Amino acid sequence: MTITKKLLTSAVASALLVGGAQAEISDNTVKIGYLADMSGTYRDLAGPNGLKALEMAIADFGGSVNGAKIEVVSADDRNSPDSSSSTVRRWVENEDVDLVAGLVASSVTIAVSNILEENNKLGIVSGSAASSITNEHCTPNHIHYVYDTYPLANGTASAVVKEGGKTWFILTADYAFGHALEGDVTRVVEENGGEVIQTVRHPFPTSDFSSFILQAQSSGADVVALANAGADTTNAITTAGEFGLTQSGQTLAALLLFLTDVHALGAQSAQGIQLTTGWYWDMNDETREWSDRFMDETGVRPTMVHAGIYSSTIQYLNAVKATGSDDSQTVRKQMMDTPINDMFAKNGIIREDGRMVHDMYLAEVKTPEESKNEWDLYEIVRTIPGDEAYRPLSESKCKLVTQN
Amino acid sequence: MTEILGVPVAVLSGQLMLGIINGSFYALLSLGLAVIFGLLKIINFAHGAMYMLGAMCTVLLFDAFGVNYWVALFLAPVIVGCFGIVLEYFLLRRIAGQDHIYSLLLTFGIALILQGVLTNIYGVSGLRYSMPEVFRGGMNLGFMFLPYYRAWVIVAALLVCFGTWFMIEKTRLGSYLRAGTEDSQLMQGFGINVPLLISLTYGFGVMLAAFAGALAAPIYSVSPVMGSNILIVVFAVVVIGGMGSIAGAVITGLMMGVVEGFTKVFYPEGSAAVIFLVMVVVLLIRPSGLFGKEA
Repeated sequence: MTITKKLLTSAVASALLVGGAQAEISDNTVKIGYLADMSGTYRDLAGPNGLKALEMAIADFGGSVNGAKIEVVSADDRNSPDSSSSTVRRWVENEDVDLVAGLVASSVTIAVSNILEENNKLGIVSGSAASSITNEHCTPNHIHYVYDTYPLANGTASAVVKEGGKTWFILTADYAFGHALEGDVTRVVEENGGEVIQTVRHPFPTSDFSSFILQAQSSGADVVALANAGADTTNAITTAGEFGLTQSGQTLAALLLFLTDVHALGAQSAQGIQLTTGWYWDMNDETREWSDRFMDETGVRPTMVHAGIYSSTIQYLNAVKATGSDDSQTVRKQMMDTPINDMFAKNGIIREDGRMVHDMYLAEVKTPEESKNEWDLYEIVRTIPGDEAYRPLSESKCKLVTQN
Repeated sequence: MTEILGVPVAVLSGQLMLGIINGSFYALLSLGLAVIFGLLKIINFAHGAMYMLGAMCTVLLFDAFGVNYWVALFLAPVIVGCFGIVLEYFLLRRIAGQDHIYSLLLTFGIALILQGVLTNIYGVSGLRYSMPEVFRGGMNLGFMFLPYYRAWVIVAALLVCFGTWFMIEKTRLGSYLRAGTEDSQLMQGFGINVPLLISLTYGFGVMLAAFAGALAAPIYSVSPVMGSNILIVVFAVVVIGGMGSIAGAVITGLMMGVVEGFTKVFYPEGSAAVIFLVMVVVLLIRPSGLFGKEA
């Protein structure tokens, strides 16, 4: 009896001690480093406004967590894995940064996630597209939050094939992201009974797409798909319009298009284009309410990346609050155990490979007549349920996934 | 259908046409660079930024004042040209006669500042500019669909290139310019205001870049970063043509447009590198470039 009592007491005491050691916020500060393209190609879709979204999240959370203050540092990744790596190394090794947020270019994310793993810190990826980030490049130290190339192909490509676009011409940006997207799209097209008759890889970046559009026209394919992003996509769409691609009966499919791209093109040039998105500002009252606040702060409507940064920051801070710790594994586990229900996602789940699985949406750009203002751009055509949209764990090559 | 290396002749004809159109842009831009380098010995790394300012100015003139395309095509180069003159007067003049590297670094710095400031204000997604009504649509040439606007680009670019060449090589003003840069003290002795002439020449070179930008506004995405990519290509064109050669810049510009166009058909991945490959080969065989004057 006494022995049992002693044992119990010591067990409780040690549990408390361990708990006490874990339930601690280092330096009594939660420090978040925001790393994103602040000046280059991906500036508008993430950039300084993403930092604003992060700050909104911290302000909404109350500015502190369990009495510990929340600090933010930020840096321009210049789309360079090298300079980003040294920034993040400095942050985590010398400046006690607990979380790296933003993470836009896939090459940057892959480089940075290795450093986070070495130092056992946490990263939340909101901008990068490559699905390999939670597949062959997965680590226990990052979460991929907003979208990836897998649902982009699943959403847009399968919808366009089902509407009768059987033969495909794919125009691909000649680097890792373009290749990944081209591969995913080819798979989806073939699975749905279509055929890719030609692929052309263009240098990244390219300002003049007229030659490629002419090749696409002479290929006679039903669908001309753009496996590129940012200015490359908008330039290609503008040129396709100029050369009368759609008037001659071909369908144009942009596989990755952000709200900022569509806004730059305008409804006149972009009307009718189908795209896949992880979120849209005008979906419901909740998204509109948050977007209005974002617009008051920034003067523009948020992209899915901006919204994802806000949502993921709130989830992170909630996890820190619940566990009383800023230890990366404790927080990551708590985030995985808590479904995400906010203006960004409903019943979103973070899987063991770090993929945040949530519903995606197939959207179509409105015509100028349908569009009520310069940001009224999408009609949501279909919801793609999360488990349909993302790569199933059974196909995962991630080292964290224990397959049966 | 007749084919060359597995590609139908009709497709190749289309690419040839597009090559000439892109070549016209290269010709216009490299012409400005060649004028500035040939006459002032300034390596103008701000040339891409001036091209961008021309395009941005066209869009902003329309947005703010409703200025139409034709007026902007004249006004934007004049405004940007005046800005060039101000830059020359306050900055470039101070390093005149020094090593080329100073002008290169100074103009590169100016370009980065302009690009950075405008990116902060307007972002990088691009500003919208509608195609002028008169150029909507195009004609079917049998082998390709040629948008009217692209045809206009060729005409406008070639006219301006010819006019510039004529002015510099065949007129009295041109001869003053050439003489002023050869021996400025002698020219000043003749009572000619050489510093003014230099300012005007720099302003004119900048105007050519801004004109190319205004021409580009309806067809390319207009953003603060649009000049940075094209600049390196244009420098390669000028080097191939022979630094400072006016005719060389124009002819090489057109040729490189065509070479790039064909590469886009046979090996698209290499289309960004092909001009540099040509540059390497040309420099090995003729270090002064195809049309360069000195051996």
